[in-house]
Amino acid sequence: MNIIACVKQVPDTEAQIKVKADGSGIDDGQIKWVMNPYDEYGVEEALKLKEKNGGDVTIVSVGPARAMETIRTALAMGADKGIHISDPALDNADAFVTASALASAIKGIPHDIIFCGQRAIDDDSGQVGAMLAELLGIPQLTLVTKLDYAGSSVKVIKPIEGAQLSVETSLPCVVTAQKGLNEPRYASLPGIMKAKKKPVDVKNAAALGISSDVKAKVAKVVPPPARAAGKIICGDDAAQKAAELARCLREEAKVI
Amino acid sequence: MAKGIFVIAEQRDGALRKVSFELASAARKLADQTGDEVSAILLGSGVENIAAELGKFGVDKVFVGDNAALEPYITEAHAQVVAKILKDNDAAIALFGASVQGKDLSARVAAKLAGGLATDCTDVKIDGGKFVAIRPMYAGKCFGEVVFNTTPAMASLRPNVFAAVENAKTAAVTKVDVAVDAQKSKILEVQKDTSGKVDLTEANIIVSGGRGMKGPDEYKILEELADVLKGTVGASRAAVDAGWRPQKDQVGQTGKVVSPNLYIACGISGAIQHLAGMSSSKCIVAINKDAEAPIFAKADFGVVDDLFKVVPELTSACKKLLA
Repeated sequence: MNIIACVKQVPDTEAQIKVKADGSGIDDGQIKWVMNPYDEYGVEEALKLKEKNGGDVTIVSVGPARAMETIRTALAMGADKGIHISDPALDNADAFVTASALASAIKGIPHDIIFCGQRAIDDDSGQVGAMLAELLGIPQLTLVTKLDYAGSSVKVIKPIEGAQLSVETSLPCVVTAQKGLNEPRYASLPGIMKAKKKPVDVKNAAALGISSDVKAKVAKVVPPPARAAGKIICGDDAAQKAAELARCLREEAKVI
Repeated sequence: MAKGIFVIAEQRDGALRKVSFELASAARKLADQTGDEVSAILLGSGVENIAAELGKFGVDKVFVGDNAALEPYITEAHAQVVAKILKDNDAAIALFGASVQGKDLSARVAAKLAGGLATDCTDVKIDGGKFVAIRPMYAGKCFGEVVFNTTPAMASLRPNVFAAVENAKTAAVTKVDVAVDAQKSKILEVQKDTSGKVDLTEANIIVSGGRGMKGPDEYKILEELADVLKGTVGASRAAVDAGWRPQKDQVGQTGKVVSPNLYIACGISGAIQHLAGMSSSKCIVAINKDAEAPIFAKADFGVVDDLFKVVPELTSACKKLLA
């Protein structure tokens, strides 16, 4: 099997995000960078498929020089090789430009299943997987929590509001991974040593023949709207506090 | 020049979903500023009879694509038809719901049209004649103002954030001829959640529990409060990772992002990754015995006390008030 897993390097979930004073973006000086948690599920599922069915796993990432750390992390988990799409022209890439870069890199190599995280926890766009599928002209299965591979097709479970669907599609396809799909492994020490010697191909926008012109642009980044100071409910005991809270919710906030 | 604001309506089993009315109302508000017409795209099989309902929320015109191949929803089939209608009509703006289906569809349509898309927006406006979409990033730790270099400008709107406002129009219904390619994907089974509970992303009231709940059985008191308030029970990552609650209940940066009218956080300290998932709630209540818990900084109402005493009392107080 030829399996691809797309990964993105993002700020850790515990990171405090500070907006630059001029609103041009976030201050990324103090951030700890990690592999996007949803991409970890994709990498893990790719490795499980390889272990069961043979084949190899290629990691593809669009990102600046530091994104190489994330590619190496995936290689240390057990992936075989990497493609790092790195170009200053792509620093402000939107989902379409990113998907175009990934599509261009993946088009040239054999691919049966392509995994992406269902969204990256930095820009929270959740568009790249579906866009990549469209640009490659193959089906997409998004928000997948279970996957069964059966030769020329896959069967997946995906939750929707108030139900879950069982969907089947032919290969090749794009699968976007959701929490619940698996428990991602940690890289072992020998894995980390081996990863250093695994091949990673570095490509820029020109080599991929893609345009870096964005379709949607984040013109300004602002801090979240401030919330007015809250009210601490007082009372002699839990019963009194509960009664006062219920009254506030009913009469002041008018939410019950 | 591109013109017209389009909303991509969502229906399930022949009934329009609430987010469709929220989209229609948001589009109407924009159209009243730009002087555009609001059109809706409604796809499925045997759905023509529900098209007129969209008129009640300000839609002028409904394009109905009625074809057995469009029911149930398959991404590639719907994307093909939606992209064609938007293109044929030279749409200026297209609004989708940021529901599971809407997010899945909008990105595929955007790629087909090589256009820009802003996901999960909490506000949209016309600024200097241009469409601007405002959306949380880093799970709400900051917000981005998105502008578009292509038409249609596309945005998906977070469910429960935009009000569905009645604005009676008589929508003209136009049937569109839709040819759909043979599909590679097939829905094998739909397993409905029979609990009768509203999904967290659509709930008006959420009662959520965290590490302070101490174990899975203790959630019973939250279920009881949620029952009285007709709400849904949620959980923090700590509670889900401990195996106390299913994955689908998780609120936070790596779970669901919710915007109910009322969010009651019980025994949740308020880790940044949890706050990110619920801070767009309209009213936040925190019940926690630790007065220093960060959740209190986000709360409209805070109760510093033992949740195991407060929650049952709150349930009976609400029962009395709502009787």
